[in-house]
Amino acid sequence: MAVDTTEAAAAARQAMGGIGVSLARKEDARFLHGQGHYVDDVVLPGMLHMVIVRSPHAHARIKGIDSSAAMAVPGVIAVVTGELLAQHKLAWMPTLSGDTQAVLATDKVRFQGQEVACVIAETKYIAEDAAALVSVDYEPLQAVTTPQQAIAPGAPVIRDEKEGQTDNKIYHWEAGDKEATDAAFARATKVVSLETFYPRCHPSPLETCGCVADLDPVTGNATIYMTSQAPHAHRTLFAIVAGLPEEKIRIISPDLGGGFGNKVPIYPGYVVATAASLLIGRPVKWIEDRTDNLISTGFARDYYMDGSVAIDENGKFIGLRVNLLSDNGAFFADAQPSKFKAGLFHIVTGSYDIPAAHIVANGAYTNKAPGGVAYRCSFRVTEASYFIERLVESAAVELGQDPVTTRLNNFIQPEAFPYTSASGFEYDSGDYPAAMKVALDMLGYDELRKEQAEKRARGELMGIGVASFTEVVGAGKGKDYDIAGLRMFDSAELRIHPTGKGILKLGVKSQGQGHETTFAQIVAEELGIPASDIEVREGDTDNTPFGLGTYASRSTPVGGAATAIVARKLRDKGKLIAAHLFEADVADIEFDHGKYNVKGSPDNVKTIQDIAFAAYTNLPDGLEAGLEGVTYYDPPNMTFPFGTYLVVVDIDKGTGQVKVRRMVAVDDCGVRINPMIVEGQIHGGLTEGFGIAFMELITFDDEGNCIGSNFMDYLIPTAWETPRFELGQTVTPSPHHPIGAKGVGESATVGSPAAYVNAVIDALSHLGITNIDMPITSDKVWAALRSKGVTE
Amino acid sequence: MKVTFEINGAEKSVDVEARTLVVDLIRTKLGMTGTHIGCDTSNCGACTVLLDGRPVKSCTLLAPMLEGRKVTTVEGLAQGGKLDAIQEGFHAEHGLQCGFCTPGMMLVGKALIEANPHPTEDEIRWGISGNICRCTGYMNIVKAIQHAAAANAAENVAGVA
Repeated sequence: MAVDTTEAAAAARQAMGGIGVSLARKEDARFLHGQGHYVDDVVLPGMLHMVIVRSPHAHARIKGIDSSAAMAVPGVIAVVTGELLAQHKLAWMPTLSGDTQAVLATDKVRFQGQEVACVIAETKYIAEDAAALVSVDYEPLQAVTTPQQAIAPGAPVIRDEKEGQTDNKIYHWEAGDKEATDAAFARATKVVSLETFYPRCHPSPLETCGCVADLDPVTGNATIYMTSQAPHAHRTLFAIVAGLPEEKIRIISPDLGGGFGNKVPIYPGYVVATAASLLIGRPVKWIEDRTDNLISTGFARDYYMDGSVAIDENGKFIGLRVNLLSDNGAFFADAQPSKFKAGLFHIVTGSYDIPAAHIVANGAYTNKAPGGVAYRCSFRVTEASYFIERLVESAAVELGQDPVTTRLNNFIQPEAFPYTSASGFEYDSGDYPAAMKVALDMLGYDELRKEQAEKRARGELMGIGVASFTEVVGAGKGKDYDIAGLRMFDSAELRIHPTGKGILKLGVKSQGQGHETTFAQIVAEELGIPASDIEVREGDTDNTPFGLGTYASRSTPVGGAATAIVARKLRDKGKLIAAHLFEADVADIEFDHGKYNVKGSPDNVKTIQDIAFAAYTNLPDGLEAGLEGVTYYDPPNMTFPFGTYLVVVDIDKGTGQVKVRRMVAVDDCGVRINPMIVEGQIHGGLTEGFGIAFMELITFDDEGNCIGSNFMDYLIPTAWETPRFELGQTVTPSPHHPIGAKGVGESATVGSPAAYVNAVIDALSHLGITNIDMPITSDKVWAALRSKGVTE
Repeated sequence: MKVTFEINGAEKSVDVEARTLVVDLIRTKLGMTGTHIGCDTSNCGACTVLLDGRPVKSCTLLAPMLEGRKVTTVEGLAQGGKLDAIQEGFHAEHGLQCGFCTPGMMLVGKALIEANPHPTEDEIRWGISGNICRCTGYMNIVKAIQHAAAANAAENVAGVA
């Protein structure tokens, strides 16, 4: 059902803070006063502090660990090693991709920064001092730092502890139809190819990862305050990994200082702090510093992609081939649905009607940090979107077409939805030409193309980049999508109290997205209770229903749907109570924005507040008391947000410096619940996309030393570099979502890198420069220009 | 060693190790957790406090350097239950999402408009470029500071009249 758009409904929504209202955020107050409560703010009586000793080598055999000097430091309580953990069968843990990962290294270290020992002391300063005194005897081994090296014959085997593992190959995965694709290529009149690398980057939320583990040796209760985007799933995994009884585990994910995918996996620090608290009998706090975060926790991308599009005589795309080689680091710990080894990369046909596609993906172990996470993206959709949008740019160049024309010629047409893609996705809804048109008009595209031609004639470099992305977000359905076996549904529990005010408890978990406001607005819309009267609770496994958490833009598509449906359940129960109060037949009861009346008597109303009071005070015989419900929502399909992003750049020939002059972003995320919050999400994503395109890089030298291990090397955009954004919208509701919303948290990070890069290539392609890998730094552009003989 | 200083208008005298970082002193010794730690290398600005009215990164100051000086943290912004204009601006313009950078951003913004009551957008962007935000993309932070500057200007006009 789409949202009621009459004027009266709009007025009611404004008063209620319903859907479409840019309500100021309910959660702001505590943050404005410095009263946000993050994991590092948790202080418990008797709490100890843990610091991790990490490997300086990328690949080395451990010959011995001497912790005696560390133990001699006053205030040190324990030094935990892999050997100690092995006695409790905790030296290794399962990963989210069906592999194993060392909690603390016992045999070898396999990446620089790997966890080797943990020092636990009375203060963090003492723990840091003592960690420096833990002496580890290493025998360095040859490091493997690229997946190409890793799969070459004779490469050192990184995972030699795994039975039957004789090389560094992890997985081979295919999607689509090879035969049909081969046939398409056989009849193509033109084939355009692109080889590109989406380098390793890192979500680096401003708050690093950490926990406070508090295990009570008497009661066996385990309370773990944890930077978790998925507290319920983490509780189950803790029960399985650590063998703790699940009903005794309480995970509390308090305020999170950003997540962006980095807080989806389980890291060794959580496990050791929990084990240490159990063994010592005191609470243990572990908080990463920035270097810990950048060198050891969930990285993103590191995908080498090459492929081709087959084009017929009319300029239509008829086939797509993509080969992918992924660098997964030392342990295959990607956070993704278990059936999919390269996430949802097979969305790579993007916004285009390509009847045949074949995708081949291979993964390799390297001596680099593990944990491929989706940095503000739904399971590798970013890599797919980047590849197809870059390939379409190449196709436009080779066809001698405006890149807008190439896209318009090949878009899936609005009447084709629901559309089944060659790789098997069923796109729910879309109108790609409409979003393109809004973007072109906002930018003044034709004028800028004229300006570009004039500048080019004078030898100046200006480019206009186009990207028309389509995402797939909001997993499940549960039958096809699971995390470690847990189906990807989500949940909402709503209780309206006698005074007509309520509490909504969710299985998802905000990391700054404003759930306390947005989800209250859904209830306001559905029940007619003002959003200010709905308190939203998340992140405490004891006090919220089981859900899979917040990542892959799934809160609104799944948790939001659960919220609307549970509110409708309460609305229906309210009809039974209203019928009793009116002494009427329930079939004659009407409901409109918080008011019940008998058909034909619109002026005699009972408000939802009246009904809530009656639910506890004046019920019909046989009806359960209370106005409360819970919904576990398993979506019938995912949602497919889309949009067109346009970027204008000017490039200095002398220095290679790229300046982003304009950035127009037109998003279609279906129905917008709180437009202010939606636009804030888009601003943030466009900025992270800008960082990825031009600044952010984790790389390694030949010995596997991580370069990009602090904010002096891993460059994050500040206000000074970040472009000004111009936002536009179209609204194409999702037909299967109860309120037509699609999710928006990640669209801008998914869509924008290709737009930025295409703008640079658009400025340079007439010189024969067809690709520059991200991050596009001045020196790369300068070198590319010089290689084509361009000088000042 | 003993260090005596003023924080949010209250005098404090604390015993600390000389090597204690000011951010740890504030968070751990004084229990004021609105000042955050984001990077340890003075790059992110989450730990920003005002020292005698000027923004400083408290992860890069040692506790003895506070002797005899005045510190303002986010907890000192609201006065008598009334939000500071900078806090109002961040709320009205949606200048915060996860809230982790917010205390530092607000303090930098407050110092900026006190030194320059009518900053241009570029002056604001340069002024806050020592502070990183991962969520907002800065546009609404810039607006929040402009909002506060406008509110201060309106109040000054009202005060004169």
